[in-house]
Amino acid sequence: MSELDQLRQEAEQLKNQIRDARKACAEATLSLRLHTTLTQGHLAKIYAMHWGTDSRLLVSASQDGKLIIWDSYTTNKVHSIPLYSFWVMTCEYAPSGNYLACDGLDNICSTYSLKTGEGNVHVSHELAGHTGYLSCFQFLDDNQIVTSSADTTCACGALKRASRQPPFTGHTGDVMSLSLAPNTRLFVSGACDASAKLWDVPKGMCRQTFTGHESDINGICFFPKNNAFATGSDDATCRLFDLRADQELMTYSHDNIICRITSVSFSKSGCLLLTGCLGVTDDGMVVATGSWDSFLKIWN
Amino acid sequence: MAQDLSEKELLRMEVEQLKKEVMNPRDLISKTGKEIKDYVEAQAGTDPLLKGIPEDKNPFKEKGACVTS
Repeated sequence: MSELDQLRQEAEQLKNQIRDARKACAEATLSLRLHTTLTQGHLAKIYAMHWGTDSRLLVSASQDGKLIIWDSYTTNKVHSIPLYSFWVMTCEYAPSGNYLACDGLDNICSTYSLKTGEGNVHVSHELAGHTGYLSCFQFLDDNQIVTSSADTTCACGALKRASRQPPFTGHTGDVMSLSLAPNTRLFVSGACDASAKLWDVPKGMCRQTFTGHESDINGICFFPKNNAFATGSDDATCRLFDLRADQELMTYSHDNIICRITSVSFSKSGCLLLTGCLGVTDDGMVVATGSWDSFLKIWN
Repeated sequence: MAQDLSEKELLRMEVEQLKKEVMNPRDLISKTGKEIKDYVEAQAGTDPLLKGIPEDKNPFKEKGACVTS
């Protein structure tokens, strides 16, 4: 038998063992009174937006190549930052509110300092290293950012030193989305290989892999307590995965929804799972959606 | 990254990862599912998107024509 065949056989055997172990834990089915609210119409994954942790300011990337920070209470623009690139996939607020990150040309993650004291906003750091476009990032803190990319890897970089840990490899398709676990240095990623992976940042390794989706996973979001996460996919379903049972708990689909889910977000209690292109504030009060018609809408 | 690797290298990587994952401890869904359900039910009472927000505490409500400050 060639080495390739041996490897294939070994992979199959291991997958079967994992499948059997998961089955042994699936002695119950979950009947949760979870509500699923589907927001239709905003299905473009290109429109990027993110809430600040104060649940008041929000940043959006507009199609004319600007990052705009809005005060959602007054609907005034607080900052308007011109970018070098018109094609922005994602933008993100640091938890402190001091920095914004945005992807740009050459697969670089640029951060902008908002508290310069001079009144203008400028690029403070740049993080290079990915060989494909950046799909998503989240700040661990003002200095560290986790990124996901179409080059099939994720990475954790230190902004001040402009350096990165070795990339997190394992996905075999573009990584589209990531979500940090509350209060720990773990995160999950969803990719075009239809799998989600749980990564340990300090150890630099993949702990668990979750399959079940039948197509690209576009959106992923940790449950408010870090023992579960939800995914949204091109297969028009959302799924809830449990970390400790190491498997899918539930699939959500709706006859009216036959198109791709681009984004998912939990409400504060975990009771509502919202899908589309949107974000829920930290205090749970409000949902903002962004769309191709270039409107940002705030719902509560 | 994955595009640069040969099929053999990808398989080797996959087998190494599967060997780690097969050793992962797994809990029963009856236990883990119940914990999620209990958490959601406990928190639902304080979820603003579920129970609504009183008008006077809602910073996003439409402002009237005249505002005094």
